[in-house]
Amino acid sequence: MTALTAQDFWAVAPEIYVATLACLILVVDLYIRSSRPCAVAYPLTIATLVSAGILCLDGLFEPSQTVLNGLVVRDAVSAILKSGTCFGTAGVLFYARDYAQERGLWRGEYLVLSLFGVVGMMAMIGAAHLLTLYVGIELLALCLYGMIAMERDSVRAAEAAMKYFILGALASGVLLYGMSLLYGLTGSLSLGAVSGTSASLKGDSLPLMLAIAMVVVGLLFKLGAVPFHMWVPDVYDGSATSTTLYLSAVPKLAAFAILLRLLSTGLEGWIEVWQDMLVVAALLSIALGNVVAIAQSSIKRMLAYSTISNMGFLLLGFFAGTQAGYSAAMVYATIYMVTTLAAFGVILALSRSGFESDRLDDFRGLNRRNPWLALLMLIVMFSLAGIPPTAGFFAKLMVLQAALDAGFVEVVVAAVILAVVGAFYYLRIVKLMYFDDVEEGVLALSAHGYRGTMIWVLSVNAIGLVAITPWIGKVMDFAGRSLTGFGLY
Amino acid sequence: MDFFSQHLLSWLIWFPVVGGVLVLATGGDRRAVAARWLALGISVITFILSVPLWTGFNRLTADMQFVERAPWIERFQIEYFLGVDGISVPLVLLTTILTIVVVIAGWQVIQSRVAQYFAAFLIMEGLMIGVFCALDGILFYLFWEAMLIPMFLIIGVWGGPNRVYAAIKFFLYTLLGSLLMLVALLYLYRASGGLFDLLVFHHLPLSGSVQTLVFLAFFAAFAVKIPMVPVHTWLPDAHVEAPTGGSVILAAITLKMGAYGFLRIAMPIAPDAAQQIAPVIIGLSLLAVVYIALIALVQQDMKKLIAYSSISHMGFVTLGFFVFETRAMEGAIVQMISHGFISGALFLCVGVLYDRLHSREIATYGGVIKVMPVFAFFIVFFAMANAGLPGTSGFVGEFLVILGTFSVNAWYAAVAALTLVVGAAYTLWMVKRVVFGAIQNPKVAELKDLDRREFGVLLLVAFGVLIIGVWPAPLLEVMDASVDQLLAHLAVSKL
Repeated sequence: MTALTAQDFWAVAPEIYVATLACLILVVDLYIRSSRPCAVAYPLTIATLVSAGILCLDGLFEPSQTVLNGLVVRDAVSAILKSGTCFGTAGVLFYARDYAQERGLWRGEYLVLSLFGVVGMMAMIGAAHLLTLYVGIELLALCLYGMIAMERDSVRAAEAAMKYFILGALASGVLLYGMSLLYGLTGSLSLGAVSGTSASLKGDSLPLMLAIAMVVVGLLFKLGAVPFHMWVPDVYDGSATSTTLYLSAVPKLAAFAILLRLLSTGLEGWIEVWQDMLVVAALLSIALGNVVAIAQSSIKRMLAYSTISNMGFLLLGFFAGTQAGYSAAMVYATIYMVTTLAAFGVILALSRSGFESDRLDDFRGLNRRNPWLALLMLIVMFSLAGIPPTAGFFAKLMVLQAALDAGFVEVVVAAVILAVVGAFYYLRIVKLMYFDDVEEGVLALSAHGYRGTMIWVLSVNAIGLVAITPWIGKVMDFAGRSLTGFGLY
Repeated sequence: MDFFSQHLLSWLIWFPVVGGVLVLATGGDRRAVAARWLALGISVITFILSVPLWTGFNRLTADMQFVERAPWIERFQIEYFLGVDGISVPLVLLTTILTIVVVIAGWQVIQSRVAQYFAAFLIMEGLMIGVFCALDGILFYLFWEAMLIPMFLIIGVWGGPNRVYAAIKFFLYTLLGSLLMLVALLYLYRASGGLFDLLVFHHLPLSGSVQTLVFLAFFAAFAVKIPMVPVHTWLPDAHVEAPTGGSVILAAITLKMGAYGFLRIAMPIAPDAAQQIAPVIIGLSLLAVVYIALIALVQQDMKKLIAYSSISHMGFVTLGFFVFETRAMEGAIVQMISHGFISGALFLCVGVLYDRLHSREIATYGGVIKVMPVFAFFIVFFAMANAGLPGTSGFVGEFLVILGTFSVNAWYAAVAALTLVVGAAYTLWMVKRVVFGAIQNPKVAELKDLDRREFGVLLLVAFGVLIIGVWPAPLLEVMDASVDQLLAHLAVSKL
């Protein structure tokens, strides 16, 4: 135990900053009354997230260092992912405002919970220690339970929160048990120290296999990968759309980070133990996600299954256990977050009080009602399906490339064939928007005035998925180099 | 000017794409007139841009010309690598000419979402030219796949009653094939030590079993696109449901992309596998030539008949490729261009009738010549060309393929020559029932003959058919060096 220095605290300055301001916003919102809800808290929250996002980038090009007695690591990857988390959450709240306001969800607590969720995600991203990891996961999960349950009048939201809470607690228990076994075997909770024992501790020892299996199960649950995916559709569908957006988009960055920390930093020495588990989980996720999504009539449920299959693709980048695979997964998680933001952005733009726009049929004839939003949704859907020239294609290309490089030819072929199945349900949305005609009643609803700035941001968000193509190489390169700290370590 | 001439291929690809976006920006149907004229202007300028490709092309070398090369995704050595040889130049020109035809053909027929319609065609034009010019595997795949999106929308939005089914079937069929191609490309990337350069892939040594697998993966993509028996079933659906312009582009150009893929990618990368699998492909080609022609014979729907005729004619193309003989291969490429014009023209003719009576059934018509003599002249002319009448482009292609095949295997040639009988039978029988005879349907008696627009379009295409038919030398000259080099390459084993 060494004495903490200013440098230790500076390394976690973004977390401290966001947590402090979250407390401040909670108080400010209580005491400042205004005609509109959150008239002060909302701009303050956005300002906090944006400034924290910039603050995180400090130290991007500095060598990696482990601070706070080995609890937190500060490196290029964490700087990028934390910054992405902050900006992504700012985007989420920006999109969510009108929707949540109309449904009475737009209260100070909602913003404060989302800020604490950000702190949780940042802790996960910077974790160098199993305890930090666990605290981060739980902090995020608690905020999510609260945000889902905040829609008090809705029975489905209450059910979703309950389900998520109970299953989440169970998974946390399993994860924690796995961690305690790891501690017992290796004598440390620090990821670096755990991985240091891989030379002496062989992967065929039964307790170790049990420990790793439990940790992986806990992780797969948090990711929503098959066979631990049951909660995903119910929670996505039951939550208010703004909350669904929050829990589906940004935590994917943190999910990537914990996989990276645990599997690459902590358990890499035992890759033969967890590799097969991930292969099975990845393939099952892609298969089940894509097939079951076809049967959905609610777009939120459909996107939930789409998330499951996308998590499968994310795992494809991991089980290779190579730098190329990790950087592919990082790009995948980022592009997935941006795409999901745009997808829910369109849904939120189309929703208004009393009309959720979460059934697939609500998209019928959108090209007639609002050709611009239809075009944006078209881009998003093709990006999710992985059709070039969208960013989604390059993301899939990278992970498939990484898995193929590691010699998993059969897995890649299977994933590719399942991707065709997946293309079908994304195409169905396009079909509904472009090929089908509007029902008369729905046409009348399109008179709703969209908030101008929101459409602008949404346009940049969705068009960016195509416009990035000429520079996609730079993005991939940046991700790859960030994993090695830009050559600094 | 320098900037222009050094980036000619980029101009050809991106000018129509950007133009398409501009057309899209004209907005709603109130400004339909503006959208039409803008689209026409852009397609004509693109054609003019493509002329230097023909005039400035060096016919003596098989090397890639008008090459553009820039790093794109450096991490995977993916390049923005474009170039054309004697095989791709005619296809690029075919694309630019037919896009003008399609724009004019859709002038009055399309009345809803006009801007979107023309924008889709222009964007597709750029992407198709991209397919014919790309020399980087991923770039090729990008254009190849991206092209699906506008075609999907064209069939689905402006198509016939069963358009949704047809559009989704079209998309998923092609996607499945394409993704297997992607896996093959990724595999080659690994085998080549980290490159996606197609020209490097051509000289990559590969073992026999690897070649077979790679070839089959490419085969899945290209055979679906051509389409070959037994993966041809999407084509009749897509053709029948697509609007006239969509059918023209599908038949004239997208099918050629599959054939082009064999020449540029599948065969040179896996020559031994190509030789080995050739008997199977020749068998499937002959099956298409004869069996599909027989199916065409019994069709009641004119568009379906032409669709089956397309499959049958594309069988000739694959036959010409896989006998590995100069004349046959050149004949097959001529057949690609010629079929582009002829099938496009036949779809336009059906479109002319459909616009008037909204029926594609052969039985609806009869005696059309009495009220539409000019139209009758054109449809008879194109039908003759489709049947391979000497003096038309259809004859040159089929004749060369049969000639070349004969020198390799007389039996193949004998079976293939059957098409001259069956092909003539189904086309002329259709024409006989539609154009000649007595007028049975009172509505036919009220038909108006071609207007100036339709006349101009058909004349333009007829001109192309006739020129290639009478004087194919310039076309053969352009491809000569490239075909020779390709065959020389295929003759050398990689094992």
